[in-house]
Formats: sequence, structure tokens, C-alpha cells
Amino acid sequence: MAEAITHSYLENTGRYKGILAWLTSTDHKRIGLMYMYAMMVFFIVGVLLGELMRLELFRPGQQFITAQTYNGVFTIHGIIMIFTVVIPGLAAVFGNFSMPLLIGAHDVAFPRLNLFSWYLYILGAAIALSSQFMGNGPPDTGWTFYAPYSIQTHTNVVAAVFGAFVLGFSSILTGLNFIVTIHRFRAPGMTFFRMPLFPWSLYATAWIQVLATPIVGITLLMVIAERWLRIGFFDPSLGGDPILYQHLFWIYSHPAVYIMILPAMGVITEIIPTFAQRRVFGYKAIALSSLAIALVGYFVWAHHMYTSGMSITARWVFSLLTFLVAVPSAIKVFNWVTTMYKGSIAVKPPFLFALGFIILFMIGGLTGLSLGSLATDIHVHDTAYVVAHFHYIVFGGVGFAFFAALHYWYPKMYGRMYNFKRANIAFIFMFVGFNLLYFPQFVLGLMGMPRRYFDYLPQFTLGEQISSIGGFILLVGIIIMLVNLFSRKGGKAPDNPWGGTTLEWSIPSPPPHENFDKLPVITGEPYDYE
Amino acid sequence: MEMHRDDIGARLGMWIFIFTEILLFGGLFLVYAVMRNRYSVEFHQAAHQLNAFIGTLNTVVLLLSSATVAMSVTAVQRGEKRKGVMFILITLVCAGIFLFNKYLEWGHKISIGLYPGSEMMIGLKYGYILFFSLYFFMTGLHMLHLLVGSIILTIVMVKIQIGTINAGKYTLLENGGLYWHLVDLIWIFLFPLLYLIT
Amino acid sequence: MTHTETQDYRVYGWVLLALLILTTITITVTWIDLSALTVLVALIIASVKSFIVLRHFMHLKFESKLFTVFVVMVLGIYTLVIALTFFDYLMR
Repeated sequence: MAEAITHSYLENTGRYKGILAWLTSTDHKRIGLMYMYAMMVFFIVGVLLGELMRLELFRPGQQFITAQTYNGVFTIHGIIMIFTVVIPGLAAVFGNFSMPLLIGAHDVAFPRLNLFSWYLYILGAAIALSSQFMGNGPPDTGWTFYAPYSIQTHTNVVAAVFGAFVLGFSSILTGLNFIVTIHRFRAPGMTFFRMPLFPWSLYATAWIQVLATPIVGITLLMVIAERWLRIGFFDPSLGGDPILYQHLFWIYSHPAVYIMILPAMGVITEIIPTFAQRRVFGYKAIALSSLAIALVGYFVWAHHMYTSGMSITARWVFSLLTFLVAVPSAIKVFNWVTTMYKGSIAVKPPFLFALGFIILFMIGGLTGLSLGSLATDIHVHDTAYVVAHFHYIVFGGVGFAFFAALHYWYPKMYGRMYNFKRANIAFIFMFVGFNLLYFPQFVLGLMGMPRRYFDYLPQFTLGEQISSIGGFILLVGIIIMLVNLFSRKGGKAPDNPWGGTTLEWSIPSPPPHENFDKLPVITGEPYDYE
Repeated sequence: MEMHRDDIGARLGMWIFIFTEILLFGGLFLVYAVMRNRYSVEFHQAAHQLNAFIGTLNTVVLLLSSATVAMSVTAVQRGEKRKGVMFILITLVCAGIFLFNKYLEWGHKISIGLYPGSEMMIGLKYGYILFFSLYFFMTGLHMLHLLVGSIILTIVMVKIQIGTINAGKYTLLENGGLYWHLVDLIWIFLFPLLYLIT
Repeated sequence: MTHTETQDYRVYGWVLLALLILTTITITVTWIDLSALTVLVALIIASVKSFIVLRHFMHLKFESKLFTVFVVMVLGIYTLVIALTFFDYLMR
């Protein structure tokens, strides 16, 4: 009887039909999907811009784009990928779709605010992208908008900066919503330490979003004021200090790395126990290490600035703190691996992507430590080594975790399965392509290849070419994956295809509008496999 | 749609928003701290140009307005609708006085050519440029918040009058009040740091 | 559920008076030359005033402890950020 009257959230029951029903929906599941569709578009644009750079770099010398165009391309590639893809990333898509399900809530605390965040996100992205078509040409500062160049260049920096400001506001409101949701909307009986670990990681993330983003917000406004009014904060010719810009920028932008990676870690922590059919090892350690990463992550920002002319004392203090933040990350890796030990592992696509995440994140994390040490950093600062390191984290880490989450919750989202074999093939292409693309850049960086250059010395040719070929293998993998997921060919998904124990698997796929007929009452821990 | 009210959740949300506002200004205070450390003598001299009397007057006005907003919450809780409206009205009048003073203050500086980007400003000593830039940026952003707060409180006042905010449901008043106190809080720091370092 | 405590008007009157007295003190102190201590004194008085505003006007004293914990955490993080920045500016 109940079957007949409950509609899935994908069916329209309200006043509007078609796309309007989506654009006016305050259902967290729909908003999650809306984020995902928008993000996919931005992601594909960003990927194509990346491939464009790889084409240009296939041979030394100028191929088909000028140096100035190249500067514009890597800038907008960074802006799109950082501000519209990986920062909202997992939190906006799966935080919205899955988090209320995982904590047994009907929706987030402020559904209308949630929809408003999505509109702000679209607006911010549109403003940032408008920088390409208006004013004096695309910005050429890199996504970091370093002063004093960003206040001198004639390109359209203001639009890009203001777009990032609006995107930041959207991120703040999402974080605010999640904190209140997690505090107030947990199912009866679900104490903080009975909460699944993805919401835990989102909780830590939300605090960073709320407390770090305003700093970059005001900094970006200062850049605009520098350009329009010459307030001089960052302008040495008016007594200002460009290094202060770097401080303010990284006070946000380093914690932003944890905004990206914490939800990724959270997703992996959901996937590993499900596919190993084992209790997660060290539940409390994982939960608290999320908070520890968020907290220590505030105090490491200046490791981006070792070569900027900062004081010696600041350099070693920040180097020390940087090494500290590696500890909670390592705790998580240790716990994932230990969870798998002696488990009955089902190697299905979500698990494969999760495994890929662990490997790539470890390479990215360890090379991050070598960058965090003062002496090494002097050598590899602003080289391809840095490019390789952060792509291992933001793509190898966040990207692969995103795809892992997508393959994990896809049956719940659409009530459909996908072809496992094709998903596995896509994974292999992506994993191999990714490593071919970025690993040579570690070597190139050590040899002295600078980042953001559109040309290079002949001795780097081999590495650059391997890298470019890897880029296209990766692209093929992404295309196979997306076609496999969105060709709508899979059969109907059961409610609990993976044998998971968290709440989202106890309700129909796709879930009804209200998620739970009656609120579940929680009496035990979330990962009860024994 | 099942709607259950969660007043604590709503206030928690407002508090978190206030944190973001504090850190927004926090970025500016950091710039102030760094520049003040670098140009402390010039900052002292430049502060003489500010009218400490108007600054003090505005401080008093803002403190008073904060108290009346708080009293308005008490009035609404007790069901004294007329008092509630009256207290908010006093707050709005205070906001008006504050803005008028700021208009006089800014107007005077702009009329003598002292504003960011002006020829006169660019020609000043580094410390002076940065002090006045910070002055305009910080008080400007504060003023913007004051304007937003006034709009929110105007809406709140109307809602008290027509009864949609009442003794049983007054979260919007509380949150609007919180926002107003934030405006006050920031001024509590701006005032000594800009006007009283002579 | 809203909190049931209502604060008497008179209490707010006293709070306002306290804040005004503190304002007077801040202004008076500037007439005395404390050189390097001027900023410190101004900041301490401003902090006391903020504490009063947070506790009474913003009703922290009626809210659950959680709210106070958050406020302290936010201010603590912000203070640490400033302190760490000055590892650079004071040691150059």
C-alpha cells in the first residue's frame, strides 16, 4: 500500500513540471543532482582546457597558441577547476544528496537557503566565466590572483575575482546549512559518535568553509578596490605589501585544500567498510582526525610562501606545522588499509576507485611533505613538481573519490545500475592515464621545468610527451565512464546493492521525497558488519 | 511538507553567519595590524585628521541602538507589541543619526580631496595613504552592514506591527537583533583603532 | 521551543550604562601617553565591551554552552592566525 502512494524524488509531484520543477525544488537530493550536472559541465570545460595545454606542450616551441593565450588558458583552467569543481565538489553534490540520508533526516536544516546557495553557485560561475568574454581579455594571473600583478594587469581580473567572491558566499551558506543540519537533524538516538563518517568529514569541512572563506572574500574585495580605487594595501608603490596578499590568500586557500579533500576522505571511509564487509577500523580515530585536519589545516598556510621573502622564523614554524597536519591524514590511510585486512573484499567499481584514491592520495601526500620541508621546496618551488603534487591531490584524490562516490551512490540516485565491466575498463584507462600524465611532471620538476610556461627546453621533450599522451588516455577513460553512467542502460537497482549498513540503504532506490516514512531510531554504531 | 520549527537551529545558523562576518572584518583587521605595525608613527599622526567627537557620538548612538534592540526582544516576549515597535523605531533613528554623522565625516574628507585614488591621497606619505584607505574601507564596509541591518530591522518592525512576529514566534526579531549587535561589536573595535590612536 | 527567560528592561539599562562608562574610559585613557601600551589598553577595553555585548545583548548567557564554545573557538582560531602572521612580520 505504501508503495503505491510514495513517489520517488525523481518524479514531479508539485506545482511545476519539467525543468522548472527542478529549478524550484528545495529537495536536498535534487539540489545535489543539480550541483552535479552543473559541475560536470564545468569539469568537462576544465578538462578540455587542460588537454589544450597538453597539446601546446607536446613539442618545444610555440605550436598553435600564443604565450598570452596560454596564460589565459591556465588561469581559467585553474579558476574553473578550483572554484567551481573541486571546492564545492563532493560536499555540494554528495553532501547534499547523501548526508541527510546518512543521518536519518528529511532534509537539510534550511532547504530554501540550500537552493539559494545553488543559484549563487551558478551566478558566481557565470560571473567568473564572463571574464573570458568581456573587458580587456581573459585574466592572465593564474587562479591565485597574486598581487601586485593582479592589480596591474589590464586583463579582466575584476570579473574573475568577483565571481570567486560569489562562489565563496555560496560555499559559506552550504557550510552553515550543514553544520546546523548535523547538529539539529540527526535521527533520534544518533549521537555524534554513532554518526557515519562521511557526515563527520562534512562537519569538519563545513567549519572550514564557514571560517576560512570570509578571509578570501574580503581579500578579493580588496583586490577589486586596489584596481578601482588604488587603496594601496598590496601595492608597494603606495606603501603596501604584496606578501600580505599572499598571507591573506593562503589563509583561506590552504584550508580550502581541506575543504576539497576531507569529504573525499569521508566518502572513502564509507566505501571501504561496505566492500570489505567489515567494521571500520578505528572509528573514533577517523572521526576525530577529520576535526584535527580541519583545525591544524588553518595554521599551515604560509608553506606556500617559503620563497616569497617571509621571515626565517615564520618559515620553520610553518614547516613544522605542515608536518603535523600529515599525522591525522596518515591515521586515516592506516585505518582504511587495516579495515580491508582480512575482510571479504568485493572488487566492484566503487571499491576500485576508492583504492585508486588511496594510492594516488598517498603519492600526492608524500610529495606534499617533501614540498613542506624548507630546503627541498627552494629547489622545486614553482616547478612542474608542484603541479604534479597538487594534481595528485585534487584530481587523484578528490577527483577519484568523486567518481568512487558517484559509482557508490549512483544506484541510490537513479534507481538504476550501470555496467560494471565498462566501469572497470574506464577506471583502468583513468588510472593509467592519470599516472602517465602527472608522474613525469615530478621528474620534470626536479630537472627544473617551471610551471605555467608555455614553452620548454628540448631536454624535457620526452617527459612532456609522455605526459600529453597520458592526458589523452585519461580523457578516453573519463568519456567511457560518463557514457557508461549516463547511457541509462543498466537494470533496476535494488535498495541495497552493495550490502551497506548505513541508513541510505534501508530506503527505496531512488528515495521518496521525504526520505524516511518515519524517522529511524538509532541504537548502535553505523558500521555493524560482524 | 512537514514543517517543524527549530528555533535553536535558526539561531545557531545566525550565529554561524555572524562568525563569517567577524572573519570578513577579521581580514581587514589583520591588514590594519600589519600596516599599523609597519607605520605606527604615521598612523598616529594621520588619526588626528579624524573627528574624535563624531566618532564618540556615533559610538554612543550605536550602543544605545543595540540596547533598544535587546529591549525590543523583551517587549515582544512579554507581548507588549507597542513597546516592541517603539524600541525598534528608536534603533532605526539611531541608525539614521549614525549615517548622517558618517555623511558629514566622509563628505568633509572628500570635499578636501582626501579619498582613495585622489591626487592628494597618492601624494601623501605611505603610512597616511594606508591609514586613510583602511579608514574608508573599514568604515565603508561597516556602513554597508549597518544599512543591511536597518533594512532587516525595518522588516522586523513591520512584522511586529502586523503580528507575524509575536510572543510565540520571534526568531526573526532575535536574528535581526543578533545581526545588529554584530554591527555594534565591530564598531566597538573600529572606534578605538581608528579614532583614538592620536 | 524558545528559551523562556526574559531579560528585564532595567538590566539592559545597566548594561548600557556599563558600556558607556567603558567608552568614557577608553577616551580618557588616550589623553594619557602610554606609548606602546595604548593599543593594548584600547583592545582590552574593547574586548571587555564585546564580552558584555555578547553575553547580555546577544543572549549568550541564555543559550546552551555549545554557542559559547563556538564563539571561543572562532575567536581562538582568529587570534592564532594573527599570531602566526606576526611570526613573519615581527621577525623579518
